[in-house]
Amino acid sequence: MTGRRFWQVFGLLADRLVLAVLALVLLLYGMPLLKPFFAALYPTLDRPMYEGDGFAALAADHMALVGLSSLAAAAAGVLAGLAVTRPWGAEFRGLVEALATAGQTFPPVAVLAVAVPAVGFGAAPALIALTLYAVLPIVQNTIAGLEGVPAPVLESARGMGMRPAAILLRVELPLAAPVILAGLRTAVAINVGTAAIASTVGAKTLGLPIIVGLNGANPAYVIQGALVVAALAVVVDLGFDRLALLLSRWQRA
Amino acid sequence: MTRPMIAFEGVTKRFGSWTAVDGVSLAVEEGEFCVLVGPSGSGKSTLLRMVNRLAAPDAGAVRVAGEDIAGLAPEALRRRMGYVIQSVGLFPHWTVARNIATVPVLLGWPRARVRERVDALMRLLNLDPDRFRGLYPHQLSGGQQQRVGVARALAGDPPVLLMDEPFSALDPITRGTLRTELAQIHRKTGKTILFVTHDMDEALALADRIAVLEQGRLVQHATPREILTRPADGFVRDLVGREEWGLKRLAVETAGERARPDAPPPSEQPPGEPLPGDMPLRRALSEMIARGVDRLPVMDAEGRPAGVLHLADLVRS
Amino acid sequence: MIRNRVLFVLAAAIAVAALALPFLSFAPNRLLSGQGIALAAALEMPRGLALLAPGAVLLAVPFLRPSRGATAASVAAALLVGAGLLWLAGLHAAELAATAPPAARTSFGSGFWAMEAAALLAALDGARRLGLPAPGRIALGLATALLLAAPLAAGQLDQLSILKEYANRRDAFSDAVLRHGAIVAAALVPTLALGLPLGVLAQRRPTVGRLLFPVLNIVQTIPSIALFGLMLAPLSALSAAFPSLGIAGVGMAPAVIALTLYSLLPIVRNTAAGLDGVPEPVREAARGMGMTPAQLFLRVDVPLALPVLLAGFRITLVQAVGLAAVAALIGAGGLGAIMFQGLFANALDLVLLGAVPVILLALAADALLRLAEALLPLPGGRRAV
Repeated sequence: MTGRRFWQVFGLLADRLVLAVLALVLLLYGMPLLKPFFAALYPTLDRPMYEGDGFAALAADHMALVGLSSLAAAAAGVLAGLAVTRPWGAEFRGLVEALATAGQTFPPVAVLAVAVPAVGFGAAPALIALTLYAVLPIVQNTIAGLEGVPAPVLESARGMGMRPAAILLRVELPLAAPVILAGLRTAVAINVGTAAIASTVGAKTLGLPIIVGLNGANPAYVIQGALVVAALAVVVDLGFDRLALLLSRWQRA
Repeated sequence: MTRPMIAFEGVTKRFGSWTAVDGVSLAVEEGEFCVLVGPSGSGKSTLLRMVNRLAAPDAGAVRVAGEDIAGLAPEALRRRMGYVIQSVGLFPHWTVARNIATVPVLLGWPRARVRERVDALMRLLNLDPDRFRGLYPHQLSGGQQQRVGVARALAGDPPVLLMDEPFSALDPITRGTLRTELAQIHRKTGKTILFVTHDMDEALALADRIAVLEQGRLVQHATPREILTRPADGFVRDLVGREEWGLKRLAVETAGERARPDAPPPSEQPPGEPLPGDMPLRRALSEMIARGVDRLPVMDAEGRPAGVLHLADLVRS
Repeated sequence: MIRNRVLFVLAAAIAVAALALPFLSFAPNRLLSGQGIALAAALEMPRGLALLAPGAVLLAVPFLRPSRGATAASVAAALLVGAGLLWLAGLHAAELAATAPPAARTSFGSGFWAMEAAALLAALDGARRLGLPAPGRIALGLATALLLAAPLAAGQLDQLSILKEYANRRDAFSDAVLRHGAIVAAALVPTLALGLPLGVLAQRRPTVGRLLFPVLNIVQTIPSIALFGLMLAPLSALSAAFPSLGIAGVGMAPAVIALTLYSLLPIVRNTAAGLDGVPEPVREAARGMGMTPAQLFLRVDVPLALPVLLAGFRITLVQAVGLAAVAALIGAGGLGAIMFQGLFANALDLVLLGAVPVILLALAADALLRLAEALLPLPGGRRAV
């Protein structure tokens, strides 16, 4: 390995996001290797390693739940935010803003629980609760982001003959993107956590080992599940960090 | 008679119960630099914004090159006009070059032509292309931002330039420099410019003709000289400023116009370097005070004697 | 012509929900799923007028010329619809209970929830349009709470399933509420004791902030259930080593510690931000007039930073109420315990008996602290609204 090559690899390894992804992958696929460690930590346990479903499979389900609900919420939230900042939808803006503020006071876990009597057990209540909850910060930030576009910028865009669609796509949305992304980040962070709790309503997620461990007095399961969920949350958060930098490059030029 | 480039025909605009523009008729000839002056709330910006249909008149019509703009697509109309506003409104997420290229890109120019045009405009506005091309607006000073704003407005080579208090937010020195540069650009390009300001001095310095507005009505439309020599009423005179009104008036007339044309015999020719005939009277007065004399010879553009200017002539109205 | 599209949409939603969705659901026992009962069945005359009359007002106001009177009428009508729905649900549940076996259960149906939500939103939007000053908004909020709580307090809802669940475990429920409050309070004490000084320090020494905030941010990133889980190992090790401490890996201790860790970020961040927001010229002037550092801090910094501090406290409190519910999973008890017990036992009304009070507690905490923020004096003697 040449010197330069070495520093490239070293630099990559020093990147927090890369490190976190690496840690997550190791936890997902290498957890069984830790069995002797957990056996030594809890010598009284018959089964010191969670072997119900693979951690990778649980993580995939977990991410599917988070991804689907966040995508649906992003679509609905951004569209709603766009609608109430156009002249024809402005009448609904006060209501939408009040709803977004008040709604975020509801604890996510309670929203999840209340969804069960409405639609039953399984992935459906989790998907619905996660989507509903995620819409709120996204719509709030979409409104704030679009509102933050300076009036003179819009005035000159119109004055130069840009069509409304072009103004929206090339000026308003790019300028609002960092704020909208921050809302999406809040939503996804809450969803990663709430999806873990969704194991209590019958959705198969990374919370399952924790719930099984808590119910069966198996602390090893709890710790294994908690480690993976925590690593996933950190990876998602660092990923958004990177995305935010990318979207606001011009601000730091 | 040539067709005016911009014509307001009995234009009225109301906002609720308030009449911002009240039956204004005004023509701006091709290549003319027309300045709309008035205090805030006089309707001057509204009048300007009706030219590119950012505002629509409630009554009357606006014609550009003879065409009633009410029948034109607003976007297409706006691409034929440069538009510069006080707060500049550069796109903060685009580089200087991309900002200037906005209209050419909208018009679908080929990439090489856009790049060439951007560079040419940056040089016209005294912005070194190599230094500024890739910078973002927040990296520029206020004056540099407005230079980019003007370059952006000129980019599509529009026949008309609309400017709404473009220099009002700048410091006095930058404002003066940009004013001089704008006058040069006007001479070089021959654009028709409609320029809004509340500053009568700016209007006197830039305009071919000035339109004075008060409470939505056009009170006077005349050359800077006429505004100074024959103000329509007390309002216009106040706008010029009573204190230095005499000196301002001296600034718009020339030594050649006031000189006594009867060439005296060489023996009675007053001593001293003759003044060029196109020198403003204000400077001529300054020369007399500086040289301590009460009369000076005046020469025409070819350097021939064109008469004598007496100190007493300056106060003759 | 529609003059108020917002109210029109909400009123139309109420009408559609009234016609198309089940108002109540009737089940032979608590574990079986119920059969829908339409609103029409509960709308016996003349008592149905209590709902139909304000409902008609709600449908009519959108077509009226907008005026304060019309808006005020719509707010009153919306609140009456909200209260009327509760009252009718209770009455009809009692009628059903009179003829059904004792194990039968009547619960709110999806139509009830949809109509109640739309009615409250209509009241909220109307109140917003009225632009009431702070005292008026507080009075309206209290009136709403009283109006909705009255049928509950009067025992008119006792035949609804959620209140039957409550009746079955009255003592356990009040214990759970107290326990929930105790967990939150126990976490807030160390949070404030640590968070306020850390916030001041982070604002005065940027190095402290640079080290502290990334750590607190990472803690906030970790999902609650995972943080509770991760508390398990070190705490059970600790209790194994020192049994006399009385700390256990499950129960109150890990819940309080995890909650404190979560709560630190908003407190520290808002303390630092609040102090950062004190204008430097004001400080300069105070120093120039001879204030000592302590006087400067207590008489200038703290009062001016107070609104931001209170906002931080509100965020912390609301967050803690929700997180305390999750803490039930590690045996901390509280309302979350009732909720999860219901989920694990497939007893849906029990789920609601846990979850609805958690939501109400969070809303009440939020409202109370917003009230405190609104009553804070602002510079110039005005109050924030």
